[in-house]
Amino acid sequence: MFLEFEKQIAELEGKIEELRHLSDGGDLNIAAEITRLQKKANQQLKVTYKKLSPWQKVQVARHPNRPHFKDVRKSLFSGFIPLSGDRYFGEDKAVVAGIGKFKGQSVVIIGTEKGDSTEERIESNFGMARPEGYRKAQRLMDIANQFNLPVLTFIDTAGAYPGIGAEERGQAEAIARTIETSLSIRVPSIAVILGEGGSGGAVALATANQVLMLEHAIYSVISPEGCASILWRSSNHAVEAANALKLTAQDLHALRIIDNIIEEPLGAAHRDHSITMDNLEKAIETSLANLCRQSRDQLLDNRRKKFLDMHAGKLI
Amino acid sequence: MNWITNSVLPRIKALVQPKEIPDNFWVKCKGCNEMLFHRQLEENLQVCPRCDYHMPLSCKNRLKALFDDGSYEEIPLKDGTNLDPLKFRDKRKYLDRIKEARSKTGLQDAISLACGRVHGLEIIIAVFSFEFMGGSMGSAVGNAIIKSAELAINKNAPLVIFPSSGGARMQEGILSLMQLPRTIIATQMIKQAELPFIVVLTNPTTGGVTASFAMLGDIHIAEPGAIIGFAGKRVIEETIHEKLPDGFQSAEYLLDHGMVDLVIRRHDLPKTLSTLLCLLMNKDIGSSSLTGE
Ligand SMILES: [Zn+2]
Repeated sequence: MFLEFEKQIAELEGKIEELRHLSDGGDLNIAAEITRLQKKANQQLKVTYKKLSPWQKVQVARHPNRPHFKDVRKSLFSGFIPLSGDRYFGEDKAVVAGIGKFKGQSVVIIGTEKGDSTEERIESNFGMARPEGYRKAQRLMDIANQFNLPVLTFIDTAGAYPGIGAEERGQAEAIARTIETSLSIRVPSIAVILGEGGSGGAVALATANQVLMLEHAIYSVISPEGCASILWRSSNHAVEAANALKLTAQDLHALRIIDNIIEEPLGAAHRDHSITMDNLEKAIETSLANLCRQSRDQLLDNRRKKFLDMHAGKLI
Repeated sequence: MNWITNSVLPRIKALVQPKEIPDNFWVKCKGCNEMLFHRQLEENLQVCPRCDYHMPLSCKNRLKALFDDGSYEEIPLKDGTNLDPLKFRDKRKYLDRIKEARSKTGLQDAISLACGRVHGLEIIIAVFSFEFMGGSMGSAVGNAIIKSAELAINKNAPLVIFPSSGGARMQEGILSLMQLPRTIIATQMIKQAELPFIVVLTNPTTGGVTASFAMLGDIHIAEPGAIIGFAGKRVIEETIHEKLPDGFQSAEYLLDHGMVDLVIRRHDLPKTLSTLLCLLMNKDIGSSSLTGE
C-alpha cells in the first residue's frame, strides 16, 4: 500500500514490476533498465522520507503494514509468556503483557497491540485499551518491581477506548493509577513509541526512565484531526494541527520529551521489518545497559525528577 | 420555558435597563428552565432554589463560601515566562488567547491557590476556573498543583483540589500531556507526607485532568449533577454509534459505579470537608468544627 505522497515512487515500482513480468530474467537490456529504475526509486524514497511533513509522518505512523507490537515480541524476546487479566473484571487484548528474556535478562514486557489481520484488529480493539488493559499493566509493573526486573513498554495506540463500559469501569482512574505505578516502581523502565502515541492512553505506558521513539512515529496530546475539529472547528485543518502540535520524534527530541530516536530503514519501518527490529534491539540494549548502572532508588528518583522538569518554563 | 423567556425577555430587559442591571438580571436554570434572579442565585451559591441545580460558581465566590468568615490568603502563581515554547497558533496565537483569558477573568491561569481555615482547620485549596480556557491544564496549572502540594507539606495541612476542566491544554502540545505524570508526582508527595488529599469534582471534569491527580484522591467528592469522565460524550457517541444512558457521566452515575465516595451539595461542603479531614487526621471534630450550619 502506497501513501498519497508516494505517487512517484508507486509509479516507478509499478514500471519495475511490469518490466519484471516482460523479461522473466532473460533480457539484459530490461535487467539494466530495472536496475536503473530501482536506483531511481530508492533515491526518491530517500529524498521523500528525509523531509516528511508532520502530517505525512502521521500517515506513516498509521500505515497498516508498520511493524506492530506482535512483531516486536517475536523478534526481540525469547521464552515470552503472555499473562492475562486484571484480577478485577476481565482480559483486554488491546494490551499484551508478559515476561520474557531480552539478551539473557528476564524482563516484563507490556504493549498495545493493533493487530495485522481484520480478525486480529477486532480482537485487539484496534489497539485502544480499556481499563482492564491498564490494570493488567499495573499488575505486571508490580511483578517487575517485586522481582527486580526491568519493564519494557511498547506503545502504538490512537488512544484509550472511549466507550460506555470503559467509562463505567473507570478509564480515567485506570490511566491515572498506571502512571502512578510507573512513578513508583524501583526498576529500570524503557518505553518505545512504535507508531502512534495517542494522548493519555499512551502516556499511561510511557512514563519511563527512558522514552525512545521510532524515527517516523508520532506522540501527541490529541490527534491532529481532533485538535483541528476543536481549535479550527473543522477536521479539514488536520495538516495545520499536525504542524502546530510538534508531534514528530524530531520535535519531541528537541523539546527533550523523549530521550532517543531509533532510525528506520529506507522508506520507513513498514518497508523492512527486520532492519527495524535490529535497530530497536540495539537501542533497547544500550538504554538498558545505562539504566542498569543506577541503583533502585536512583532509578525512581531520576524518573520522577525527569518528569517534574517537563514544563514550559524549563524549555528553550 | 418557551422562546419568549429565552430570547425576548432578556432583550426587553436590555432595552429597559441597558446598564447596571445586576440586581434583577435573569438567569435561566438549566435544571428546571425556570428564570431566576441573578442576585437570588448569587446569595444561594449559584444553586437553583427550586431544583437544586448547581451552576458554575466563580473561584472567588467558591473560596469565600468555603473559608471561615470568607477570609483566606491568596497564594500567587509564579509568573510564567516561556509560556509558549511551541509557538502554537491555530486560528489565533496561543499567547493572544492567554492574554484574552487573563483580561476576561482577572486570573493568571486556569487555577487559583488559597490557604485558610475551614471550621477552624487550616487547609490548602486549589480551585480550577473553567472560564479560563476551559480550565485546561498546561504547564502553569501543573506548576500550581505541585506548589499546592509543597505548601500543604510545609504547613502540615491537608490539600483539597476542586477541578473543573475540559482536559489538557492542547496549545501546549505534548507539554500539556506531561502534566499528567507531573501532577501525579504532586499527589505522591502529599501521600508520602501522610497528609490527606481530597478531590471535589465540579462540573465538568474530563480528559487529562480526570486521568491524573483528580482520580487519585484519598477521598473523591462530587457536586450534584457534575459531569465527570475521561472521554467526552460526543467522542463516545461517534465511536460507538449508540445513545448514551441517562445521566451518563454524572456525579450520581459515578457514585453508582464506585468512582466517587460522596455527592455533596455545595452548601454542605465546608462542614463535610472539615469533618472528613478531622476524622482522617484524628483531630477532635468539635474543636475545629466550631460552628455548625
Ligand atoms: Zn432549577
